[in-house]
Amino acid sequence: MKKIEAIIQPFKLDPVKEALKAIGIDGMTITEVRGHGRQKGHKEVYRGQEYNVDLLPKMKLELVVADARLDEVLRTLTGAARTGKIGDGKVFIYEVAEAIRIRNDDRGETAL
Amino acid sequence: MKVLILFVFSMAAMAQTAPSIDARLAALDTAVKSAQSAGDNAWMLTSAALVLMMTGPGLALFYGGLVRRKNVLGTMMHSFILMAVITALWAIVGYSLAFAEGSSVIGDLRYAFLRGVGITPNPDYAGTIPQQTFMVYQLMFAIITPALISGAFAERMKFSAMLLFTVLWALLVYFPMAHMVWGKGGLLNAALGGKIPCFDFAGGTVVHITSGVSALICALYLGKRVGYPHEQMKPHSVVLSVIGACLLWVGWFGFNAGSALAASGLATSAFVATHFGAAAAALGWMFAEWIRTGKPSVLGAISGCVAGLVAITPASGFVQPFPALLIGFLAGIVCYLMATLVKHKFGYDDSLDAFGVHGAGGTLGAILTGVFATSAINDSFKDSAGKTLALGWVDGNAGQVLNQLVGTVIAWGLAIVGTLIILKICDAVVGVRAERDHEIEGLDLSMHGEEGYFFEV
Repeated sequence: MKKIEAIIQPFKLDPVKEALKAIGIDGMTITEVRGHGRQKGHKEVYRGQEYNVDLLPKMKLELVVADARLDEVLRTLTGAARTGKIGDGKVFIYEVAEAIRIRNDDRGETAL
Repeated sequence: MKVLILFVFSMAAMAQTAPSIDARLAALDTAVKSAQSAGDNAWMLTSAALVLMMTGPGLALFYGGLVRRKNVLGTMMHSFILMAVITALWAIVGYSLAFAEGSSVIGDLRYAFLRGVGITPNPDYAGTIPQQTFMVYQLMFAIITPALISGAFAERMKFSAMLLFTVLWALLVYFPMAHMVWGKGGLLNAALGGKIPCFDFAGGTVVHITSGVSALICALYLGKRVGYPHEQMKPHSVVLSVIGACLLWVGWFGFNAGSALAASGLATSAFVATHFGAAAAALGWMFAEWIRTGKPSVLGAISGCVAGLVAITPASGFVQPFPALLIGFLAGIVCYLMATLVKHKFGYDDSLDAFGVHGAGGTLGAILTGVFATSAINDSFKDSAGKTLALGWVDGNAGQVLNQLVGTVIAWGLAIVGTLIILKICDAVVGVRAERDHEIEGLDLSMHGEEGYFFEV
């Protein structure tokens, strides 16, 4: 099992969710986050006072998938989240040691 | 035939009951007076309500949106609680000190506890409305004036100190200034025998210069907020400020057009000038900012509108619509430069630009009133022979500009000296500045034990 952690543009959340649903991925966890990579922030001016806003709002998606589906899910996710401009975000992949469904104690991929 | 009979009958009936011409004229006279009084009173009560709306919610939202999230309630409370504090003070001595005939700088105590202030009009001020209407209308001005100052000490003043400060400020600065400009026998009163007639239709000197200049003194005395200017202190909700500014714009019709103290043509002139001044100033600030920084901000446009309303306040009721546009446009540009260039150059922390907008806009408006005041708009000033007097420079009375300057200097002087003394007293009694930890935590929690926004999961 692999955990996919994707940080994407907030306005790409719905397209990504739809695309993943279309290939049968329903479960995911979403967090509103702020951050930046190479993308520089922007400048705001309030009554002549300049503020540099470099931590920009992003969405963090976390989902765990079976090893066999990883490539397909990644292709779908990055394809739906891409605009081709700086600021599209990043995807990180982790090994998952175990998954447990709390309701009935299912283990491993059946718990996903 | 039928018609003729009816005519004869009705003639006979009239002959029996017709009152004398004199009696009928007297009845007509009473009816006309009562109709005028009803119309004037309806407008003045509406205006009083409009001016209260400027403080809460208008100013509370305008200022509340400009502070950081942790101070939104504390800032709104500054405006709101004055609606209660000044009202009580006004009933006890405020109205009397401002409007009773006394010396040339302060009224006596004949109206203390509103003794004798009933529904009979006071012809010195407004002969067609109950004196209570006049009293409650003027109260609304006394409420908003100290509330304006709160823009300078926002986010760092103790609540107890703020209460004490505003009560003393009303007693030592506002009531005397209101008496000098508007009170019977006041030093600067143009209508009721002042030595130096100074035109201030709705409170350019009394409200905006006094509050704006006092704001600057407060900002200098209190010092900068912790972290200013390095930390992010951007407005937490410009949306609230937009709503507040729009309420101020609407409420200002009561402030200025109501200052005609009647539902008259003069009220219409003041209404029109007010609207034109606000519109032109929004454009002036917006374009100045657009040219200097490349973007026309919403906060800039609404700040400009308020600056224009401030500047047109003394001039409304004296100037034609086109000079009103000009005064507004200039105020938009000048106040923009004050709130951006000048403030940053001198480095004082006037948190919400109470001085940049009210002090600068009020001063500009007071002086320009001397330039553009004309008897074509306001013909109530007459010499002993009953001839209408020339008012401002445009009427050929250039000396009025000097009178306006004297009024301005007195307002500045009183505000500076009064505010310094009051701050010293408050500092000695309760301490004016919030403790550093309290300021960092935010005044909402540290002073009031509440949070403005709590979104339950």
